[in-house]
Amino acid sequence: MSKKLIELNHISKSFDNTLVLDELDLYIRENEFVTLLGPSGCGKTTLLRIIGGFEKPDIGSVFFDGMDITMLPPNHRQVNTVFQKYALFTHMTIAENIAFGLRIKKKSDAYIKDKIKYALDLVNLPGFENRMPDSLSGGQQQRIAIARAIVNEPKVLLLDEPLGALDLKLRQEMQYELIRLKNELGITFIYVTHDQEEALTMSDTIVVMNQGYIQQIGTPECIYNEPENAFVADFIGESNIIDGVMLEDRLVEIGGQKFACVDTGFEKNEPVDVVIRPEDVELGEPEGGQTEGTVTSIIFKGVHWEIQVESIIGITFMAQTTQHFPVGKRVGISIIPDNFQIMHKPQSEDEEKLIEE
Amino acid sequence: MKSKKVRVLAIPYAVWIVGFTLIPLMFVLAKAVTSPAGGFTFDNLLAIFDPVNRKSLILSLLLAFISTVMCILISYPVALILKSSKIKNKKILMFILILPMWMNFILRILAVQMLLSKNGIINHFLTMAGLSPINIINTPYAIVFGMVYDYLPYMMLPVLNCILAIPDDIIEASRDLGANRLTVLRRIIIPLSLSGIGSGITMVFVPSMTEFVIANILGGGKIQLLGNIIEQEFSVTMNQHLGSGLSVTLMIFVLLTTLLFGRHEDTNKGFVL
Repeated sequence: MSKKLIELNHISKSFDNTLVLDELDLYIRENEFVTLLGPSGCGKTTLLRIIGGFEKPDIGSVFFDGMDITMLPPNHRQVNTVFQKYALFTHMTIAENIAFGLRIKKKSDAYIKDKIKYALDLVNLPGFENRMPDSLSGGQQQRIAIARAIVNEPKVLLLDEPLGALDLKLRQEMQYELIRLKNELGITFIYVTHDQEEALTMSDTIVVMNQGYIQQIGTPECIYNEPENAFVADFIGESNIIDGVMLEDRLVEIGGQKFACVDTGFEKNEPVDVVIRPEDVELGEPEGGQTEGTVTSIIFKGVHWEIQVESIIGITFMAQTTQHFPVGKRVGISIIPDNFQIMHKPQSEDEEKLIEE
Repeated sequence: MKSKKVRVLAIPYAVWIVGFTLIPLMFVLAKAVTSPAGGFTFDNLLAIFDPVNRKSLILSLLLAFISTVMCILISYPVALILKSSKIKNKKILMFILILPMWMNFILRILAVQMLLSKNGIINHFLTMAGLSPINIINTPYAIVFGMVYDYLPYMMLPVLNCILAIPDDIIEASRDLGANRLTVLRRIIIPLSLSGIGSGITMVFVPSMTEFVIANILGGGKIQLLGNIIEQEFSVTMNQHLGSGLSVTLMIFVLLTTLLFGRHEDTNKGFVL
């Protein structure tokens, strides 16, 4: 594993008496693509702004490469930011925009010229030197904003929902572009988004946040397959979240029926949250399933059908399948033990609130 | 269909501008190039080179220039402070700043007279504090004071609008790229607020240059701006031809100022109140 580049220790921050970050600890390794993921108001942007130097934490400290930079203003940090709304300097040409940071560092004209060409090639916009920002499309402006940041050779690039203002198609293209850039530059990317698909596509590590707390840190596969709590399960992809009781190791009861699972280490008869991904709910002939139910709705989603099934054990399952089942049809429902994800119920009221909100 | 409607709506303004601006302007131009006897002449236009008139013109331009610069020097820091302050409702503060505009113009100047006069309020307090009284009433300084006091809101509004309209993330982006506060001011804020300063200059310099009421009241009738001379030609000497000639000369300077600084019409889009 590469070394820790950024360390955040016990960061707390509030605005107008509202706590946005609560004693948050996080470290980010060199050359990682880290995504801070969460709903709006979860504190992810504030965290990014603290790393960028635009906000000071009320409590806690920020370390960069072993040095305390908590009080360092943004212009002295070795990080650069790509803003959500591009924030290009509208009174300057593209070349002047890109050269802005280099001119401040008093680089030579020849060096700056080379760098501008290199950066424009890197973001696939060669020959745009003399255009004005207003004459560019949103996607092009965002590429320039990235070019303007990376010519300064930052150790870390901070990206604050950079694709948020772009349309879907362009957003998907830019996701691949960002992964390519990250690999070519070999620097750390810290990416803020509320879009779970974006996070799953691009990240090495995802930090799921809610209400100022980190909910889970892990690889995209880990976050998706092994959510630690109901909030993560619900936020990342779609889920059936069902109340259950853990009867014993590897046996859970939902709706009065026992199901085999692979989870262990729970107390006997402990109430739990059971998470089942909709693509793991298998539908078939009524007799063939572990339980059965009736299709109450079916929606075409392109790749698959999304089906609601009212089961005889009183639970409505959401299923995703490529097979078509008409409304009213009786179906069998089966879920293999591996696909039950069992989670402790939230302990305190605080945690409960977290998940509800 | 639509363009016809628009044309109908423009009629009141067209009547106004033709009846009250273009036609009078024609009269002024016609009088400027004729003598009282009726013959064609350039004498009225060339009258500006008469030493008395020339001196008045130079003083008018100088006082207008000083007032404008002072308005910029006062407005700009205020706008910067407001921009960086965390106050939520900045529009209310703007409103308070331009509140003096709600008072009658003459009243404001009379108030300044009371403040500055020999036995006025400022001198009263200075004497009480054991300091020597200042004697600026009936001097060009008093006139500049009055002009700044009167025209400051016209600089404040466009400058403030322009600076408040600069997105915060542009300023943050420049900080992020290594700019210190001075560089941000020099390379981002000033270039992006030039249009507001331009509008402000037009709106302060032009009326200051043509001013005569402030000079009458705060100059004690001793200081002759070109505006005072023109006024006297119309109301005292009754030489409308000479008055028109000098007016046309002054108009050239107004036109020049507008051409130089008034090109940024688009920046007044946030012009409230």
